[in-house]
Amino acid sequence: MLKVTLQQIRPTVLDVELNCEKGEVLALVGPSGAGKSTVLRCIAGLQSPQQGVISCKGHTWFDSDAKVKQTPQQRRVGMVFQNYALFPHLTVLDNIKLALDVDKSLHDEQSEQLLEQVNLSGLEQRYPHQLSGGQQQRVAIARALARQPEVLLLDEPFSAVDKVTRRKLYMELNTLRRQLDMPVILVTHDLDEAAMLADSLCVIHQGATLQQGSPEDVLFRPDNVAIARQVDARNVFSGQLIEHGNTLKLKWYEHLIDVAMTFGFSAGQHVHWTLSPSKVLLHQRVRKSRGEHENPLEGRICEMVSLRGITTLILNVGHTDSVSLQMDLPEHVAMRNDLKIGETISVSLLANAIHLMSE
Amino acid sequence: MDWQAFEVSMSLALLTCLSLLPIGLAIAYFLAKSNFVGRGFVEAIITLPLVLPPTVLGYFLLVGMDSNSFLGGLFVSVTGQSLAFSFVGLWFASIIYSLPFAVQPMLRSLESIAPEIREAAWCSGLSKWKTFFKVELPLAWPGIITAMVLSFSHTLGEFGVVLMIGGNIAGETRTLSIAIYDSVVSFEHQQAQSMSLILLAIALVTITTVYTFNRKQSRVAAL
Repeated sequence: MLKVTLQQIRPTVLDVELNCEKGEVLALVGPSGAGKSTVLRCIAGLQSPQQGVISCKGHTWFDSDAKVKQTPQQRRVGMVFQNYALFPHLTVLDNIKLALDVDKSLHDEQSEQLLEQVNLSGLEQRYPHQLSGGQQQRVAIARALARQPEVLLLDEPFSAVDKVTRRKLYMELNTLRRQLDMPVILVTHDLDEAAMLADSLCVIHQGATLQQGSPEDVLFRPDNVAIARQVDARNVFSGQLIEHGNTLKLKWYEHLIDVAMTFGFSAGQHVHWTLSPSKVLLHQRVRKSRGEHENPLEGRICEMVSLRGITTLILNVGHTDSVSLQMDLPEHVAMRNDLKIGETISVSLLANAIHLMSE
Repeated sequence: MDWQAFEVSMSLALLTCLSLLPIGLAIAYFLAKSNFVGRGFVEAIITLPLVLPPTVLGYFLLVGMDSNSFLGGLFVSVTGQSLAFSFVGLWFASIIYSLPFAVQPMLRSLESIAPEIREAAWCSGLSKWKTFFKVELPLAWPGIITAMVLSFSHTLGEFGVVLMIGGNIAGETRTLSIAIYDSVVSFEHQQAQSMSLILLAIALVTITTVYTFNRKQSRVAAL
């Protein structure tokens, strides 16, 4: 297991705490300049924080209090750099061999296995400049694995390849990770990529880790509104909780909304709340509501965009046009219901998908 | 044709070029890695021989090699001979005046290696020495070759400094360029011409080699 705590004031602020179990893929997400790569460099030993502890598999790699500071060579990290940083004067095979252990008699066998693992057999004698971006990434991964590392660090590994290759590489990484039994840390600013590949996400902003948890938790149940903004939550609103019978309801403009999880909140409290656009359900127009719908709401479609089979609607709800609710629905549903801009539709906000956050 | 002067010139150029390989590489490596306050000044000192009139440089070197100076005195106490007007003195001076020709190309090629390449080597378990020999040195090779060729040909052609501190002692400090000058002033044009043609041919061949080699390298790098 990899445990990292880092504190630093200069030159950049760091306040990081993260854990990654063996076999787990942890995605470090945040905007450019948030400090993601700095964290990775600290783990690799390429940079030292002012304070903190980094330990892996029971070995302490860095401890500012105990004055322990191991070099990158001592740490057994496998690092894949953003631009792969392959040795340009060496062939694919030699790039990998250089990172293998001292026992040269096993080099041929080990490098062959690694090349097979990353689907690069047959390209041993090519030089990095003769490879495509995707092939270069595979060499970088094979080289990182050659050292039999205790942790694998991937620094924006998909940013240097085109979209088509990227999708292919996602699949390959997914297959590869099942064969790895070490903690894997993936740095990315792409939330979709992180949610697709990682077991857990850690949001980092201005050098501080804000929340670590499963993709579901971090994306749909952020701890506070700052995290919600970082994970690009599209429906973030303010409201007030009021007592209604024995339960708490959310008062949002003129609407009174049922919320499944109100534990820890009290009546009268002003809160922020968020709801995934995919948890807003469209009512069928042919079947008029008889009042049995969950949190029914009417809204006017003011924008409609379709991408890869998903249609996103922006609805104006309430009396003013300034309140916009986003909803995602399959494109065929939008087509079948013949939705058009300017129309008024009726939707449900799923009570158990509404997530409350303290102000 | 003064074959003795040719031999002195070739020995001097070869020795200077070989001495500048470790010296130039050490200075270039240090400068490429560090970013201290006085770096600009250190670089200026190294580059100074490029812009200084050879007579001025020669004068200061002569003063430094005088038996009363620290360096000259030390040499006399160890060898019993004067450093000025000797082959060793000329060799020492050649290292100084050819230093920028060696350091600059080496520095530029070391600086052009992306820091991540070096870091990738460390993360692959390579020690700093192994990183230098297996990664940095092969990548800086075009710059090193250029440095060697330039310092060789520049030493071969230097006149002013050689005259100032070496004088004109046959078999010791009389180089080809001095011999050409001697031939011209004594109206031996035929001899001056053959020696000049030899220097011209050597200069042309070495510079052509550097350009061809560098163009080949940059074509590979651009792929």
